Amino acid sequence: MIDPSWVGAGPKPFTVEVEAGRLRLFNQVLGVREAVFTDPAAARAAGHPDLPVPPTFLFGLELEHPSGQLAELGIDLGQVLHVEQGFVYHRTAHAGERLTFAPVVTDIYTRQGGALEFVVRDTAVTGAGGEPVADLHQVIAVRHGVRDEEGA
Amino acid sequence: MTVLPADLDVGFELPELSEQHITRTLLVRFAGASGDHNPIHLDPGAARSVGLDDVIAHGMLSMGLLGRLLTAWVPVGDLLSFRVRFSAPTPVHARLRCTARVRAIEPHGAGRRARLSLAVRIVDGPLTVRGEALIRLPEPPPAPVRADREGARA
Repeated sequence: MIDPSWVGAGPKPFTVEVEAGRLRLFNQVLGVREAVFTDPAAARAAGHPDLPVPPTFLFGLELEHPSGQLAELGIDLGQVLHVEQGFVYHRTAHAGERLTFAPVVTDIYTRQGGALEFVVRDTAVTGAGGEPVADLHQVIAVRHGVRDEEGA
Repeated sequence: MTVLPADLDVGFELPELSEQHITRTLLVRFAGASGDHNPIHLDPGAARSVGLDDVIAHGMLSMGLLGRLLTAWVPVGDLLSFRVRFSAPTPVHARLRCTARVRAIEPHGAGRRARLSLAVRIVDGPLTVRGEALIRLPEPPPAPVRADREGARA
């Protein structure tokens, strides 16, 4: 079981750079072809300072950071199901920016007699000036010896 | 990018993406692109150890495809929020249909916003993702000016 004292706390905030090459790869794999996402000149012509970040990209920046996987809570990645994901956007993020992620565990609860444990995490993403960029909301389920469940 | 019709109304369906085939190669590439290296998406042995028949797709791959559908029609800066719930796993080799439909048009500040219902379904299979997006709508075209008004003559 996960220590319930994590509620209201989280891993330390961390800062990562949005790399243009990473954006290109992400868009290529998803099949995004609009020039505004792939060509900096087209992005600038559309009023962006550089390539804009596509809607779900920030999730990966959080996940791949060591603090983003909730390992500190003792969660085994192989037992995790992604149940919900949400984004609220305050402004578009762009290539070359340094973004700060501040994750907070906002709830932990069990279902099915403890076989499934849910962890809710809310992460505020801010720009270099501390201004809000996006809020990420994630619900994961951790299986404790359960074989056949919902989720992805 | 294409643009939404100016007279967008409730019930409008964004033109669908072509069917998306979930191959093992795609899962490996998406792991690299997204940073999600959970072995249940990559290693059949790891998938079987948690009771699955084979690897399953990342939930965020489906959400990413919905994001692609949205940004093919909506400037990314007009996306206000985007959320989904993953309701069933997506097995490797599945073919996915991603859809978005206008459910409501609401006031938003001085303008308007549209509330879209989102879904991902496996072709000949279950619904795997259900969600919602809010998008800021461009100002509606100005009402026609009546030619007999005083101000319109100057």
